[in-house]
Amino acid sequence: MEMTGRTRVVVVGNGMVGYKFCEKLLARSAAFDVTVFGEEPRPAYDRVHLSSFFEGKSADDLSMAPLSWYAENGITLYLSDPVVDIDREAKTVRSHHGVVVPYDYLVLATGSGAFVPAIPGVEKEGVFVYRTLEDLNLIRYYARGARKGAVIGGGLLGLEAAKALLDLGLEETHVIEFAPRLMPRQIDQAGSDILKHKLESLGLQIHLSKNTQEIAGDDAIRRMDFVDGSHLDVDLLVISAGIKPRDEIAKLSGLEVGSRGGIVVNDRLQTSDRSIFAIGECALAHHMIYGLVAPGYEMAEVVAANLCGGDKTFLPFDMSTKLKLIGVDVASFGDPFTNDCRTIIYEDTAKGVYKRMNVSTDGRHLLGGILVGDADQYNMLLQTVKNLTVLPPDPEDLMLGSRGGSADTGTGVMSLPDEALICSCEAVTKGAICHEAGENNITTFEGIKKCTGAGSGCGGCVPMVKDIIQGVQKQKGMYVRNTVCEHFSYTRQELFDLVKIRGIRTYDEALSAYGEGDGCEVCKPVVSSILASLWNDMILEKGNAVAQDSNDRFLANIQRGGTYSVVPRIPGGEITPEKLIVLGQVAQKYGLYTKITGGQRIDLFGAHVSDLPVIWEELIAAGFESGHAYGKALRTVKSCVGSTWCRFGLHDSVSFAIEIEDRYKGIRAPHKLKGGVSGCIRECAEAQSKDFGVIATEKGWNLYVCGNGGSKPKHAQLLAADIDDRTLIRYLDRFLMFYIKTADPLTRTATWLDKMDGGMAYLKSVVVEDSLGIGAELEAEMEQLIGQYKCEWKEVVETPELRKRFVHFVNAPEKKDPEVRFESLRGQIKAEDWNRVG
Amino acid sequence: MSNKMLTWHPACSVEDVPADGGACALIEGEQIAIYYFARRNQWYATQNECPHKRQMALSRGMIGSKSGEPKVACPFHKKTFSLESGLCLGDEAYTIRTYPVKVEEGTVWIGL
Ligand code: SRM
Ligand SMILES: Cc1cc2nc3c(=O)[nH]c(=O)nc-3n(C[C@H](O)[C@H](O)[C@H](O)COP(=O)(O)OP(=O)(O)OC[C@H]3O[C@@H](n4cnc5c(N)ncnc54)[C@H](O)[C@@H]3O)c2cc1C
Ligand code: SF4
Ligand code: FES
Repeated sequence: MEMTGRTRVVVVGNGMVGYKFCEKLLARSAAFDVTVFGEEPRPAYDRVHLSSFFEGKSADDLSMAPLSWYAENGITLYLSDPVVDIDREAKTVRSHHGVVVPYDYLVLATGSGAFVPAIPGVEKEGVFVYRTLEDLNLIRYYARGARKGAVIGGGLLGLEAAKALLDLGLEETHVIEFAPRLMPRQIDQAGSDILKHKLESLGLQIHLSKNTQEIAGDDAIRRMDFVDGSHLDVDLLVISAGIKPRDEIAKLSGLEVGSRGGIVVNDRLQTSDRSIFAIGECALAHHMIYGLVAPGYEMAEVVAANLCGGDKTFLPFDMSTKLKLIGVDVASFGDPFTNDCRTIIYEDTAKGVYKRMNVSTDGRHLLGGILVGDADQYNMLLQTVKNLTVLPPDPEDLMLGSRGGSADTGTGVMSLPDEALICSCEAVTKGAICHEAGENNITTFEGIKKCTGAGSGCGGCVPMVKDIIQGVQKQKGMYVRNTVCEHFSYTRQELFDLVKIRGIRTYDEALSAYGEGDGCEVCKPVVSSILASLWNDMILEKGNAVAQDSNDRFLANIQRGGTYSVVPRIPGGEITPEKLIVLGQVAQKYGLYTKITGGQRIDLFGAHVSDLPVIWEELIAAGFESGHAYGKALRTVKSCVGSTWCRFGLHDSVSFAIEIEDRYKGIRAPHKLKGGVSGCIRECAEAQSKDFGVIATEKGWNLYVCGNGGSKPKHAQLLAADIDDRTLIRYLDRFLMFYIKTADPLTRTATWLDKMDGGMAYLKSVVVEDSLGIGAELEAEMEQLIGQYKCEWKEVVETPELRKRFVHFVNAPEKKDPEVRFESLRGQIKAEDWNRVG
Repeated sequence: MSNKMLTWHPACSVEDVPADGGACALIEGEQIAIYYFARRNQWYATQNECPHKRQMALSRGMIGSKSGEPKVACPFHKKTFSLESGLCLGDEAYTIRTYPVKVEEGTVWIGL
């Protein structure tokens, strides 16, 4: 190419791939003048995580780079201004607003739009597609007046949209799929059956083999009519039946397009005009549209490299995917459907897990497979396919994970070849990561991300990157420790022991003795939690207030807008009418929003920081105590009514729950602790979803431990059966104290157990059989903590120096924060929305 | 620094700001967060508003340092900001305003 001046590159489309192309081109060379036209009103954003907009992410959070990035990199960016014409003779493009820009090279990154089938009635009000932030805004607005929603399409995008409707709180959400199974491109019938079952338990109603005939209603949608004669009343419909490449301007300017859409490109991504490229979801490469972001990024890489004199080609790209749909893992890798193989299938309908491995007929290689419900092994399996790794004698171990605490079978990430692609978004190999972690001594994930880019895209490879870093360190003979942060090069457990031996009582002393620098928001709460777990001193004393997480410092959870919540303890969920009345009166007096929580107690929201001490003064006078809703401490011990009233109850579960809650209240731990006590096996207190759960049996109580709800629910496991209440409390003391002493920061009991060598069998041996001989010590330490308990709020209310910190302005203590604003909702207040899209 | 004239305002007394912590003062209608690093006896001041979700919260955040650079972490989502440059220490392009601080005879003064 003969070119003296600067090369002019015009990019049409500012989506994920168009943006990535600019980033990659400018990282390579400064010799280009780049102009970008975007049709949407905002700069490129992360479409893959579009649905997180409904979970509270703002448009800014999703942005790939702020507007200032384009300016700093010398890119001329036109937004809300689509290109409408390409003059290939003159080599110029013209935009809707009439801007004409000449190019040497033109890159089409126009993506795709939603494919809308020609069903009569699709034009009606209340029918939407799901592709852009604007679509989501429209849906959100319309959903306020809607009750029943449906999505046409049970593929990846359709299920994403269905999740969004669930998040919007519609009464009913239906998924209508034409095919006889969900996600027909990714999973097989058996996988679909399990997925369907799981999604139905989460509140979706799924209709397979359904063909929509008409969308009925006057102006707005009211009903869907199906070909089989059935109907469904709906007032909001999202169509998510596939994608349609945006090839309009390519077609208009005479470029070759595929018969079913898409701009035809060769393996250098050139269209039928050699100075025009097409990348991302608008490009038809190897006769297919790659509807995922990773191949789009690879296309961007190929074109950017070639414009800078490289010689890269775009090879057929692996379409393996792993997704989290409505909290359910779904993955398919390699060739998921081939029949020319031996298949190994694992199915657990109770847990909703389905796994399939396709193994070559000679048993040597993995060809592909499907994972539903649990995709933890996805990365390893994918690498095993890609690298043609020879399978071990029991290949099912690969998909089931190593069980029963057996040793590493030699199939871990370190056994992969150096060429193994770990991060497919940024094309980073295992060799590259090993090089940085080994020769260049970069030992943190953040560091590796910075120098290689690994993990900055979809994030799916993050666990593998971390494993590689650890693996390299182990190979170098280094003892791998999870140290707290740059200020303390000790693990939490080491620090716990040091603080105990030296009798350290404040964060400051700990920093002087074992740390360096000024500390930070990571080590301060860790040390504070250790101090509290060891001595149970009042956490705000001795200058320790500023070393607490902000919620602990104000003994309340900070809320949107900057006000706080007030959660008094209601042990076991039992409350007298008199106390209920006091809660109502206090809420009324201070204008607080009142709600019954998921933990069987009452939360009062919207308190100004300066009102907290007076509110608590009144509550304490009525006999309430702090509920520690702000601390990594015991939250609630949920109870069911039990034998006092229930016709099935075997023992008095309420009294036992209250006893346990009172016993452990105020004790600080690496993470929060929750408990439950059920009066019989019907389990109305959901004890098996708690860190410790107790269930009455004919002969006594069963004790379960290490369960939780949250984003990764885990059932608790049986620690001891048919024990009496004193034995149970002894075991609980040991279990909790062992956890407090040995768990990493912010690790719930279930995760702690997951990481424990020997697992449940080991935990049982320590707690029940006292194999380490520390049972008595653990009990004594727990006894000491319990003896130290005082209600923190009572101390604040009674101590003027502590009380005086509860102000918004130090120089105007009587003034409240004027920026706090409320709206009203169903007769109560609510915090002003911070996500209103401007 | 720009050549705009600085006006010094008395904000509070030294004891009003907890050692190794922050507090908020109202000055000329502006919410200013003031931080005191007791270990190195240094004072900093910034806007109280976190630019992420525009919450008046920085004075309630934990302070500390990253490779020696003093910083504050917003209590809402733990975005951290340099107290020297005002830049967000994550990848995001947020910045906060910083203000000069001086201490004279037990009073903390902020330059606006
Ligand atoms: C109020 C409440 C929701 C409600 O209106 O019902 C609630 C509210 C919050 N939850 Fe929760 N959770 C509440 C019950 C639950 C439950 C249900 C339960 O306890 O039975 C769960 C799932 C069960 C579990 O934890 O195993 C739950 C799982 C979480 C998690 C995820 C924990 C995990 O290990 O994955 C978080 C995040 C965290 O703690 O890091 C969280 C965090 C929060 C925080 C503290 C978020 C925050 O930092 O601001 C919320 C603040 C509440 C406030 O300001 O008072 N909340 N949260 C419930 C209070 C119960 C109580 O009386 O104390
Ligand atoms: C809800 C949802 C979930 C998804 N989940 C995943 C996932 O989990 N994993 C995954 O890999 N992929 C996922 N995808 C797909 C992924 O988002 C796309 O593969 C990716 O966005 C493609 O990037 P692109 O730049 O080619 O197209 P786009 O991101 O669509 O960008 C194209 C841009 O060009 C603009 N444009 C079109 N014509 C013109 C014109 N004439 N002039 C100027 N501008 C124009 C468009 O308005 C658009 O802004 C998901 C998509 C959606 C919608
Ligand atoms: S209360 Fe819990 S589940 Fe609800 S929004 Fe807050 S953290 Fe999320
Ligand atoms: S509001 Fe400060 S980090 Fe989100």
